[in-house]
Amino acid sequence: MDTPFALACPVPITQHKTIVLGHGSGGRLTAQLVRDFFLPAFDNPALRKLDDQAVLEVGPSRIALTTDAFVVTPLFFPGGDIGRLAVNGTVNDLAMAGARPLFLSAAFIMEEGLPLEDLARITQSMAAAALEAGVQIVTGDTKVVNRGSADKLFITTAGIGLVPDGVSISASNAKPGDVILVSGTIGDHGMAVWSQREGLEFEGAIFSDTAPLNALVEAMTAAGEVHTLRDPTRGGLGTSLCEIAAASAAGIEIDANAVPVREDVKAACETLGMDPLFVANEGKLVAMVSESSAPAVLDAMRTLPQGRAACIIGRVVASHPGMAVLKTEIGGSRILDLPFVEQLPRIC
Amino acid sequence: MKYVDEYRDHAVAQKLIAEIKRVVTRPWVLMEVCGGQTHSIVKYGLDYLLPHEVELVHGPGCPVCVTPLDMIDRAHAIARHPGVIFCSFGDMLRVPGSNGDLFHVKAEGGDVRIVYSPLDCLRIASANPGKKVVFFAIGFETTAPANAMAVWQARAQNIRNFSVLVSHVIVPPSITGILQSPYNRVQGFLGPGHVCAIMGYREYEPISARYKVPIVITGFEPLDLLEGTLMAIRQLEQGRAEVENQYARAVEQVGNVAAQKMIERVFSIADRSWRGIGIIPKSGYKLNYEFRDYDAERIFEVANIQSKEPAVCISGQVLKGLKKPPDCPAFGKECNPQTPLGATMVSAEGACAAYYNYGRHLVAVDSLQAKA
Repeated sequence: MDTPFALACPVPITQHKTIVLGHGSGGRLTAQLVRDFFLPAFDNPALRKLDDQAVLEVGPSRIALTTDAFVVTPLFFPGGDIGRLAVNGTVNDLAMAGARPLFLSAAFIMEEGLPLEDLARITQSMAAAALEAGVQIVTGDTKVVNRGSADKLFITTAGIGLVPDGVSISASNAKPGDVILVSGTIGDHGMAVWSQREGLEFEGAIFSDTAPLNALVEAMTAAGEVHTLRDPTRGGLGTSLCEIAAASAAGIEIDANAVPVREDVKAACETLGMDPLFVANEGKLVAMVSESSAPAVLDAMRTLPQGRAACIIGRVVASHPGMAVLKTEIGGSRILDLPFVEQLPRIC
Repeated sequence: MKYVDEYRDHAVAQKLIAEIKRVVTRPWVLMEVCGGQTHSIVKYGLDYLLPHEVELVHGPGCPVCVTPLDMIDRAHAIARHPGVIFCSFGDMLRVPGSNGDLFHVKAEGGDVRIVYSPLDCLRIASANPGKKVVFFAIGFETTAPANAMAVWQARAQNIRNFSVLVSHVIVPPSITGILQSPYNRVQGFLGPGHVCAIMGYREYEPISARYKVPIVITGFEPLDLLEGTLMAIRQLEQGRAEVENQYARAVEQVGNVAAQKMIERVFSIADRSWRGIGIIPKSGYKLNYEFRDYDAERIFEVANIQSKEPAVCISGQVLKGLKKPPDCPAFGKECNPQTPLGATMVSAEGACAAYYNYGRHLVAVDSLQAKA
């Protein structure tokens, strides 16, 4: 083994010729697709902001518009199902601009053979979620494809909402001195779904946190000065913090000991070698609020069920602009970076 | 979380760091053997907290990284077979072969599945009698008992549509190899905790004695690594060279005898090629002859697939502790987790990938170090 080094170098994958799963992970590969295909093709000022929703001036009003596709497997998981996810996901994307969600559309792509009983459960679940969020599903579409051409059921929802006067919330609005809040424990949804996948059943169920956040956002904006809101869905809290740091050209510092993670989620992440900071949430938000209004915003959050466990996790700082830094449990420092692709369970 | 949080305690960490600072009088180079240890060190920023006299270099113990390109290409060839369900630990899916990774095979229609335990494959095999289920059996002594058990159980349950593609390596020959190198800088080892939970640490005693090098069997949590570092530095400062066991809550001298027996029943020692390093004699396992019907290499006739790797990257030197990731001009530029140029970037456990994933390719690292 001490003869001249037999060095190794696999052929690098510099370009993908086809879509791989990583293109849907919300990480760097997704960003490359947006940059290389969608942005040049559709280029316009609203799209260029790359927010989860577009805020558009129509007459005297500002309207938020968003769309989201849902392809989760399995269709039913502890704490929710694809229908509830499809309503809440779109409601939350609107709410993250400070908008009041009003109307949703829903398109259903169904695989031949989907049990009608499943469809009934899912539509009832969507109706309940819409009622809870105070929105109406006012239009839709139905398509059926051959067996094998889709995985049981895909749902696409779109939504519009009104942005109240005086509200200006964007990923680019975080300012040094702002306090960073999360509305509750992180990683619940991602681990609920992982724990249902083949071969990975855990004892005791982890429940998805899927929930509408518009009431929480209304309470927060009424209580104080909210600069930035994000719902850290796929990619998790870490990805949202990286994106906000970059969009606002500000530094972010968070304390690992302050980030709330449920014990069972922590245990599942430890077992699989995953980092809860990069695991999906469907009913949580991260907010940057002015220092002076942080106590009032926090109090307002804690009066509502979606914000009962809200807490401060860190600060926006002037140093290291564009970068999110984590203070580790033992006092070390670590830079958070956008993941390339979805996390995978590790071998050891 | 119980049994984890205790080993991530801030106050205890500060005490251990203070004690290391008190004990150390001159520069020492320690190698942590396992990829999991490297991952923890970089994740928690431990190396930034240690005094500058203590240099940690990263060892060869990343099973995903050192799985040779031939084996990955053989895996892909098998996974492309119609009628095959190819099962693997999650992080192997992303490792590039000569022609894409297992995700590409999946995108092209291959049935590739992530399993957490090889025993899950037996369930999949029973549920899919018309398919051939193949498990990619990689790893060190840690994963060997469960992989052996899967083969053993398949025979016991007469499951005939299950086989394993074996690419197992073992730790002691790689440590000996590093110590024999004329370029070696390593003066002490943080030994592989989980490997020793299986194998015990008796086989490290002759290595420590022969090469006069401290080997401290060490765990994976931040406090384990700090305590292991302190024990190794103490030995070096006192001129001792012994095998010590920091990870006593998981490791006994004799190891897990039942697990060792299971390995012996199914596997025997063989020469193995390590990605980034080359062939190391007697450094891995192969299936015993009596289990040849479970040998995927034989069933799918892929043993003749040989792949050539051009020599560009420095991963061999990183795996031997001679270089660190930032020493490579390609690190974080052409070479990153999406387009890895070598072994140490392909898995999250690899030193280069750990450095990358925890932001060490970004500029503010120096300022973080100064602050810590």
